[in-house]
Order: sequence, then structure tokens, then C-alpha cells
Amino acid sequence: MLFKLAFKNMAKSIKDYSIYFLTLVLGVAIFYMFNSLDSQQAMLEVSKSTREIIELMIRILSIVSVFVAVVLGLLIVYANNFLINRRKKEFGIYMTLGMGRRQISKIILIETIFIGIISLLVGLILGIFASQLMSVFVAKMFEADMTSFEFVFSKAACIETCIYFAVMYLAVILFNAFTVSRYRLIRLINANKHNEKIKMRNPFWAVIVFLFGSIILGYAYYIVTKQTETLRDLPDVLRPILMGIIGTLAVFWSLSGFFLLVIQKMKNIYLKGTNLFVLRQINHKINTTVISMSVICIMLFMTITILSSSLAMHNSMQQNLLSLSPVDINIIKRAYLKETGDIIYDKEVLEDSKLPIMETLKNHGFEENTLKDVVEIPIYEIEGLNFGKFLGNQQEHFEERYTFLAYGEHEEVIKISDYNRVARLYGKEEYNLKENEYIVLCNYQNIAYIRNQVLSSGNTLTIAEKEYVPKYSECKDGFLEISNSRMNTGIIIVPDSCNLQQEMISEFFLAANYNTDNDKEKIEEMLDGAGDDIIKQLREQGINIRTSTKISLADSSVGISSIVIFIAIYLGIIFLIASSVILALKQLTDSSDNKQRYIILRKIGCDEKMINRTLFKQIGIFFGLPLLFAIIHSIFGIQFALIVLEGLTNTEELLPSIIVTIILMGFIYGSYFLATYLGSKNIIKKEE
Amino acid sequence: MEKILEIKNIEKYYGNKTNLTKAIDNISFQVQKGEFVGIMGASGSGKTTLLNCISTIDKVTSGYILVDGEEITKLKGNALNRFRREKLGFIFQDFNLLDTLTCFENIALALTIQKVHSQEIEKRVEEIAEKLEIKDILKKYPYEVSGGQKQRVAAARAIVTNPKLVLADEPTGALDSKSARQLLESFEFLNQNLKATILMVTHDAFTASYANRILFIKDGKIFNELIKGKDTRKDFFEKIIEVQTLLGGDLSDVI
Repeated sequence: MLFKLAFKNMAKSIKDYSIYFLTLVLGVAIFYMFNSLDSQQAMLEVSKSTREIIELMIRILSIVSVFVAVVLGLLIVYANNFLINRRKKEFGIYMTLGMGRRQISKIILIETIFIGIISLLVGLILGIFASQLMSVFVAKMFEADMTSFEFVFSKAACIETCIYFAVMYLAVILFNAFTVSRYRLIRLINANKHNEKIKMRNPFWAVIVFLFGSIILGYAYYIVTKQTETLRDLPDVLRPILMGIIGTLAVFWSLSGFFLLVIQKMKNIYLKGTNLFVLRQINHKINTTVISMSVICIMLFMTITILSSSLAMHNSMQQNLLSLSPVDINIIKRAYLKETGDIIYDKEVLEDSKLPIMETLKNHGFEENTLKDVVEIPIYEIEGLNFGKFLGNQQEHFEERYTFLAYGEHEEVIKISDYNRVARLYGKEEYNLKENEYIVLCNYQNIAYIRNQVLSSGNTLTIAEKEYVPKYSECKDGFLEISNSRMNTGIIIVPDSCNLQQEMISEFFLAANYNTDNDKEKIEEMLDGAGDDIIKQLREQGINIRTSTKISLADSSVGISSIVIFIAIYLGIIFLIASSVILALKQLTDSSDNKQRYIILRKIGCDEKMINRTLFKQIGIFFGLPLLFAIIHSIFGIQFALIVLEGLTNTEELLPSIIVTIILMGFIYGSYFLATYLGSKNIIKKEE
Repeated sequence: MEKILEIKNIEKYYGNKTNLTKAIDNISFQVQKGEFVGIMGASGSGKTTLLNCISTIDKVTSGYILVDGEEITKLKGNALNRFRREKLGFIFQDFNLLDTLTCFENIALALTIQKVHSQEIEKRVEEIAEKLEIKDILKKYPYEVSGGQKQRVAAARAIVTNPKLVLADEPTGALDSKSARQLLESFEFLNQNLKATILMVTHDAFTASYANRILFIKDGKIFNELIKGKDTRKDFFEKIIEVQTLLGGDLSDVI
């Protein structure tokens, strides 16, 4: 009997369940997709170093999954709560007929289990198919070979998904049992009758607050796009964020009142069809839902920004790699080791540290012609010349402001002719210097910003007992060590005449290309220090030597950006679902409250078409407003993200990622919009 | 006199062959322009079904209903909606004002959904508000005005579209006696001063006594008809009570 009742109820309120069901299905599908990454075909076809990165990513994703599970769990409980509230009256009738709380709990239990199993099945099927699609995407990102397509099913991910969702359903069941245990019959019977207080705001305040909000937002936008150089530490960055939040709140608080006032002046729009009703509905509702609208707007903003800037970051990292890694390999060795205090080296190591890298390699049986275009230069360190010293009399000022920088770090110094040899190999600009001049090479913008302030004041440096003045009032863009992002915090270039002693050499630096046309991987294996190769052997002897190779940089660049991108998409989608669910349920709750208003509209002569159009407009505006403001925020937010990510991205790269973001958002947000519209239509349609 | 409403032999059946209920059993009557007609009957007598059929919410099983010369039982879709919007005005048991709209907007809404031009809307709302003496509360919300004012706003909304026929379903059903009197007085005003044709369904003798003519319905048939004529309302009320006692049915059922 209870079974029959439970199923009949569900069949009857299938449209009410649509949001709940949609959330469960999407939740399951996404959960499966991201937890099945490891067994995807693309993952099996990638190189070894990429494989390690993927393993790291999967570990991070599984931690993120716990967070996601909590968010989804809360959403599901929230959505479920909405459904239970909708049916208070129904339960009230059962209770008057003599049904006990336990039996009602049982009905709800049967329903929850039933809908849970169905949504788990549908979600898993959807997830399995979607993960095949994602496989293609993953393959493209990791440049894996996907010529032979195979259908993959991850048992582990499936079991994991089932366990997580079983726990969530359990939470829902417990929550329901608790809710039912607190039911009072009189409240259930009268559940539909409650008086809503109408709050109307003075239009004068709406205008003032709206202007205030707009100005604050405008100023925050201005700061993050046009005054970015002032945003150098945390409080600086937090200020526009805080302003953004306050501005958003203020705008949502006053928006409807302000527009009501404006549109009332435009009689042609105001007095047309049901427009005035729609306007009042929105005005009324926004007044009662300022906070949730603002939260939704900010969540959407985060989704858009995170998604599009992380996708763009991936693209531009690839490009950076090309310009920041002009040669195949760099080898760097500590030179002229000094024994101080406890640090004692082997004699052989000490001797070796006086030799250039190529000599060391040859001594250990390395064939010189494996490499071509070899350039080797010494890098000097001068006792007492550190970053703090470089800043001169401005050191204290900066130390106060940026406490986290390493002011004691020694500055690297190289000779101009040495640099020019490297520059020639890299295909970069060569420089020349007068006897008393120096240049600073730096491409890490935050440090360059600090250095520029010093350089522009004509900072004099004492190097090897001689004074030097800066040739340029700013850092020059450049680097020695190849890299996949702009990481050079500063190298000082001095004239050849500078009195640099051999003992001042701290490192030998070698740049070269592999002497081969097609089999770079083979040489890479000889030098990357990962396997049993010459670099590893040298290290085992205690020689401090390391390499940077273009191939490993490419792999890690792909890896880093892929990790970021996957986590961003994962979280982005969850944020999106969360805000959509909240918005959708808010609307549906309102629709049941507003049922009476639509009945009146129908009574005074609105036909169904008009009613539906009115409802569509109302819900459309409700979904559209946070999205609109989120998009405006994002236009500025993305620009700011580009600056923070520091040259990782350029604007043309953004377009494709924005398009992908829009498609993704359109699908999820759109589904919820549609479900809400249909659900509301169903609610207001029911005529007793 | 112009015939606003003409009902010819309408019948309305519910149920199926084995269990047939005749909610309306062959009713015919006419309403002339400017009349204030009351329809009385106990609950279950078929009076609300009759009103629903006239207002096209429900369909008759057989017979014809002509409003302003137009046969409405065969209307469908848009034509039906247009007919309801343009020819009929409704006044409800509870005033059915939208709480989120100002009084002005509540009245204007009846016109905007008829796609009346925006300048004309303002003019017409002001006009009717002046006649019903609610001009100074137009900017207020329903919760800010008294019950009597609310009723006049509802009446203004029903009449502002210049409907051929105003239909009122138990208009005093949910009111205390003072508010009921106020509403009925505004009905009288609409009828006498604005020449509105009103058809009112009620089971309450006092409410009915404001009408010019009363049709009594029992078991889906017209049972009696009373015309006020030159009577005072008090006399008319007494006559209504008499008929009601006769009609009551309750008595014969007891025996």
C-alpha cells in the first residue's frame, strides 16, 4: 500500500521533482567523469613524465571530490527540503486519515530510495558517455595518441560514485525523518495559508543606493583594469574584491526599484500587456532575495572567470613555451664550492667544481658531438651583493611593504660578452655597455616592477669595488635559463672590464641543442637525470648539477595547466550547478506563493498564452539578471586574472575559451532555467 | 430595450449515461441593457454552473447563449479569450486585487491586457477613479487602503474596460455586513450612474435585494422570478425571503 502511494505520488509530482532529479543526475555524471579520468584511454597513451603529472592530478581531483561531494550533498538536502515542503498538505491529509509519522517517513523513504536509484543509473550512463567525450578533450590536451578508440568503463569510479551518493542519500533520509518527526498536524493542513508581508521601498533610496552601487562597481572595475600597478599585495587586491561584493549587493538591493522608477516614466513599455505585473513581481521578489541574488551573481562570475581564464592559460602556456624555451637543454652546475663550517665536500668534487660543464661531462665519457650550438658561460655571485642591497636606500621601504620577498638572496652577475653569446643562440637582442654601466634582465613582472622603481632613480651599484649606473631606467625583458613561464627575477649584466674573480663564479651555465634531427627523445634520456644516465651518475658522486630540458618543460607545462584546467572545470561546473539550483528552487518556491496572483490574472481575462509569456519573462529576468551582472563583472575580472597570471595569457587566446565557457554554461544554466519554467508553469496551472 | 444577454434552452449535464446529473435543466431568460439581475439558489442548485457557462469558463451541453447578439457557445481559442476580455467584467467573492500592484496598476492591468493605448489607459483609469471617488488612493497599495476602498478599486477594474456585462459571483460571500453594504452600494452606483449591466449570483437575500430583478434557481431550473419594480428595498427583501422559504426545499425534505 505504501509502495503504491509512494509511486503514485511521484508520478503525480514528476514536474516538481525535475529540478531535484536534474541535480542528482548531473551530480552523479560529473562525479563519475572526473573520478574516472585515470582509466581513460587517453591517459594510457601518454609519455612517462606526463603520466606522473596525471597521477598527481588524479590525487588532487580526489581531494577536490570530497569538497564537491559536500557541496552536492548540501544542495541535494536543500532541493529535497523544497519538495517536502511542497507536500506538507498532502502529508497533513494522510495524518488526518490516521497515518502515523513512521508510515509517512516510510513513504518518503521509499520515494528517496527509488528516485536515488533511478538518478544514479541515469547519471552513471550519462557520465560514462560524457567521459568518452572528455577523453577526446584530454587526449588533445596531453597530446596523446587516440587513433584507436576504445569504449572505457571505470569500475573504480563507478563504485566511488555509488558510495558517495549513497552517503548523500542517507543524509537526505535522516533529514527527512527529522523533518517529519517535527510535523504538527495543524501546521500541515494550513501549510498553504501564510501571510507574506509586502515590503515596499522608498524609490528615492533606490536611486541613491543604485548610484552608490554603480559608482563603487565602476571604481572597482577601474582599479582592476587601469590601475593594476597599484595592486601589489593582498590588501590591495582584497579592496576591489570587497568593493565588488558591496557594489553587487547595493545594485541588487536597488536595481528593481530604480528600474521600476525609470520604466514607469516610459509609458509605452510600462502600460503594455502584463509588463507592469512582471515589473512588480520582480521588484517584490528582488526585495526579498537580495542576498541570494548577489551570491548567485558572484558564483556565476567566479565560474565564468575561472573557466575562461584557465582555458586561456592552457593555450598561452603552450605559446610561452615556444618563446621561453628557444633551445633543447640547459645544464647548470655549482662552481668553486667553498667549504664553510660544517659543509665539507669530497676532494674530487671540489676539483670538479672548478671545471666547466663540458669538461666534466667529457671526463665521464660523454660524447661532445651529442650536443650542438654549445654555449657555456660563468655566472658570478658577489659577497654582500644581494637583492636587498640592490634596492639601496629603498630597501627598508620595500621590506615593509613586501615582507615575503627574499632580500638576502645573492644577485646573479654575468659579463656582457657572455650574455651576448647566449642571446645570439636564443635569437634575442644583444646589448653593449659603457665602462660604468649595468643592465638588469628580468621577465617576472612583479619583481621587475620593484626593480624598475630603483632603476628609474638611477641606483648606483658597487660591484667588485667599482661603481656602476644603470644604462636603462627599467629592466630589460630576458632570461638565461629556459622555462615555461616568466620566472627570471633578475640578472645583472656588467661590462667585461668588471673586475670579477674566478672564485666569484657560483655556477657554470650551458645552453645547447641536441645534435639530431628526429630522435630528440633518445638524447633527452641521456641527460634528463630521471633514469640511469650521466647526470644521475654525476649527482650520485656528489656533484651539484642539474638540467632543464625543453621536453620536460613542455610536459610539466601541459601538466600544470591541465591540472589547473581540470580542477577549474570541475569546480566551475559545481558552482554553476549550485547557483542554478538555488535560483531554480527560489523561483519554484515563489511560484507556489504566487499561484494566487496568477489565478487573479487568469480571472481578469489573461489567456494561457499571456500567462505563460508573463511567467517566462519573469523567470527569464530572474535568471538573466545575475547572469548579466556576472558577465559584466567577468569582463573586468578576466582582464584582472590575466594580469595576476602574469603574462601567461594574451587576449586573443581568450575568445575560444570564452566560447567554450558560454556553451558549457548555456547547457547547464539553460537546463535549470527550462526546468524552472516548466515547473512553475505546472505549479500555477493547477486549478482546484 | 437592447438585449445584452439572451439564454435559450441551455442544459448542462455532468457524468455518464448510468449516472447523469443535470446541473442546468433547460433554462432560458434574457437580460436587458442597464439591468441589475440577481440569481439566487441554494448551494448545488446550479447557479454557479450557470455563471460559469455565461462567462465561458464552462461549456453548455446544449442550447445557446448570446451576449450582445454574439453566439458564444461555439467560440474557441483566441476569439473566446478576446470575448472574455472585451465583453465581460468580473467581480469576485474576495476582491482579487494583486497585492504587489498599486491601485492604479490594478485597474490599468485590465486595460493593458486588452492592448489599449498607453495614453488612453491613464485617461480612462483617472475617469473611472473620479467617478468611484478613489482618485486619491490610486498611488497606494491595496494593503494601505480600507476594505470599502478596495472593493471600489475592484469594481473600477471590472468596469473600466466598458464591458457589456458585469458578472459577480457571490460578491459579498467573504465580507462582513458593513463591507458588504459598501460593495453593494458601489454596485448600485455602477448600475444607476454608469449604466452597467450586472448579473450577480448569490445565496444571500440581503445582497440580492439590491438587484432590480431576481431569478430563483432550484435543481437546475428557474423556479421563480421577482421584479423589484416600485417596491422599496425593504419590501423587496421581504418578498425574497418569502420565495426563499417556499424554495427552501429544506422543509419538504424534512417531512
